[in-house]
Amino acid sequence: MWNYLGRRMLTSLSILIGVSVLTFLMLHFVPGDPVRALIGRQSVTPERLEEIREEMGLNKSLPEQYIDYMKKVVSGDLGRSLKNNRPVLESIMEQFPSTLKLTFFSLIISTTLGIFLGATAAATYNSWFDRVLSFFCIAGISVPPFFLGLLLILFFAVRNKLLPAVASTNDWRGMILPAVTLGFGEACWLARMVRSSILDEMNKNYQNLARAKGLSEWSILWNHVMLNARIPIITAVSIQFVYLMAGSVVVESIFARQGIGRLAVTAIQNRDFPLVQGTVTIIAVVYVLSNTITDILYAVVDPRVRLS
Amino acid sequence: MNDIKFIQKSIGAKQPSTISRLLHNFNFTVGMVILILLIAMAVLAPLIATTDVNEANPLTTFIKPGIEHPMGTDNIGRDVWSRFVFGGRVSLVVGLAAMVIGMILGSLLGVVAGFYGSWVDSILSWLTEVLMAFPGILLALTVMAILGPGLSNVIIAVGVGSIPQFMRMARSSVMKTRELDYIDAARVIGCTDARILFIHVLPNILRPLIVLATLGIGGAILEGASLSYLGLGAQPMTPEWGSMLSSGRAYLNNAWWISVFPGVGIFLAILSINMIGEGLNEVIDPVNRQ
Repeated sequence: MWNYLGRRMLTSLSILIGVSVLTFLMLHFVPGDPVRALIGRQSVTPERLEEIREEMGLNKSLPEQYIDYMKKVVSGDLGRSLKNNRPVLESIMEQFPSTLKLTFFSLIISTTLGIFLGATAAATYNSWFDRVLSFFCIAGISVPPFFLGLLLILFFAVRNKLLPAVASTNDWRGMILPAVTLGFGEACWLARMVRSSILDEMNKNYQNLARAKGLSEWSILWNHVMLNARIPIITAVSIQFVYLMAGSVVVESIFARQGIGRLAVTAIQNRDFPLVQGTVTIIAVVYVLSNTITDILYAVVDPRVRLS
Repeated sequence: MNDIKFIQKSIGAKQPSTISRLLHNFNFTVGMVILILLIAMAVLAPLIATTDVNEANPLTTFIKPGIEHPMGTDNIGRDVWSRFVFGGRVSLVVGLAAMVIGMILGSLLGVVAGFYGSWVDSILSWLTEVLMAFPGILLALTVMAILGPGLSNVIIAVGVGSIPQFMRMARSSVMKTRELDYIDAARVIGCTDARILFIHVLPNILRPLIVLATLGIGGAILEGASLSYLGLGAQPMTPEWGSMLSSGRAYLNNAWWISVFPGVGIFLAILSINMIGEGLNEVIDPVNRQ
């Protein structure tokens, strides 16, 4: 177990280092002078340009610059926004709770809906209900979130005024439409996953035993099959968490919600590089961490994993 | 049903061919029909568009869908149908071009990693894992931040975002092919690495890569449209489904058609490709075939 844990942590660490190298290099990938990219369209004298270069440490060699960058990042300094000169970390911390709330809310919707639909489809395998559900799920995966959001706004907010499209952060009703928009596609995706993992487990000997013991089909499905099908389902749910977080980039923009996704998009539109670097780093770090946690969860749930 | 097939097989009765099974598959056929219609619409755009895409007319703003304007008109009086058909062209081309870029770059990296193995493989595989730490749209957004807005940059961004999956697929296929006898034979007769890679290995691993690229077009269209929706892609004058949908949002109250039709277009394009993929999976996967 400890051996497995150690190896897994090491892999994650190396990926995190890679992430930091890429986000650091981002500024240097921008065509032209990185100083230009940093100051935007302001007109400055060549002397001032050199001064900024000196101040930012951009005249040093790349490895030196990277070490400086990492020192700052580790101490929690992600630089300042070019737009309003606020510390990047402060802006991110301010926006993060809103995104986290939205992501969790969507995760609850997508997980319950996805597992329920998938299990029902598997239980009624090959019936007309299963087929209709399968088609519904393909359609659900194919709906772009920004289109689904638009349709939901059109029907629930514009036509019928049932739910607010834009609401203050404290009003939970304002959360429903964005969370459904974000979670719907993932729910359909999860339903397909759950259906096929259950079908893979179906008709194994232990189920015949359970049947011989006189258990109902429903109890076999929930207490026996689902228990064995949970590994792919745990993966699916944890992958979803991160996909939902990445999806918030688009969904927050549709509903004009606060959040880290919207912060990233505005930063990119303004080409506010420190803020772009900061938001991208945070999302990638959450991604790597949640992947690591999933893998560790596997090992806890399934002894086969930690022994391999 | 299975018994009948088994008996047919054992007495040597002819099994239906893959093509005929595909044509009898609901998902595959319906997906194909939708896709062919969309492609036909994109190709024939100049013939079926009723007006110029940017022909604004202040007298005909916000007209409801009807005989003269099948999809209505927008806030400055442009015909939504004409913009829709040309927009389809742009969106489909963005998806296709991005996948071609992703496939070429990703396969090259994957082939090199799989063929040379050792430290080259370790470094390239690590790079893929790092790239995969940025969820699809985020990687595309990062590339957009570097390159700046514009439609051609959207193609590059979406293409770069798909590199990891192509690289993984190419790498694992090459590792299997590398061990085969004919590669040793080629080496014995003195072929250079480049010749072995491009003449002998690549043609053999091309098929799964092309399937991956084809099925990836749906996702690429979605990502491209998302970037345009966020205002990073097509400029307002260019008809593109994502940006059309985005610019119609402000008039949702009184003119739903401006943004709903482009949305339906994106939905159908992605749906058709997903259905084709599902159909192929149902027919070709041996587990389903039994």
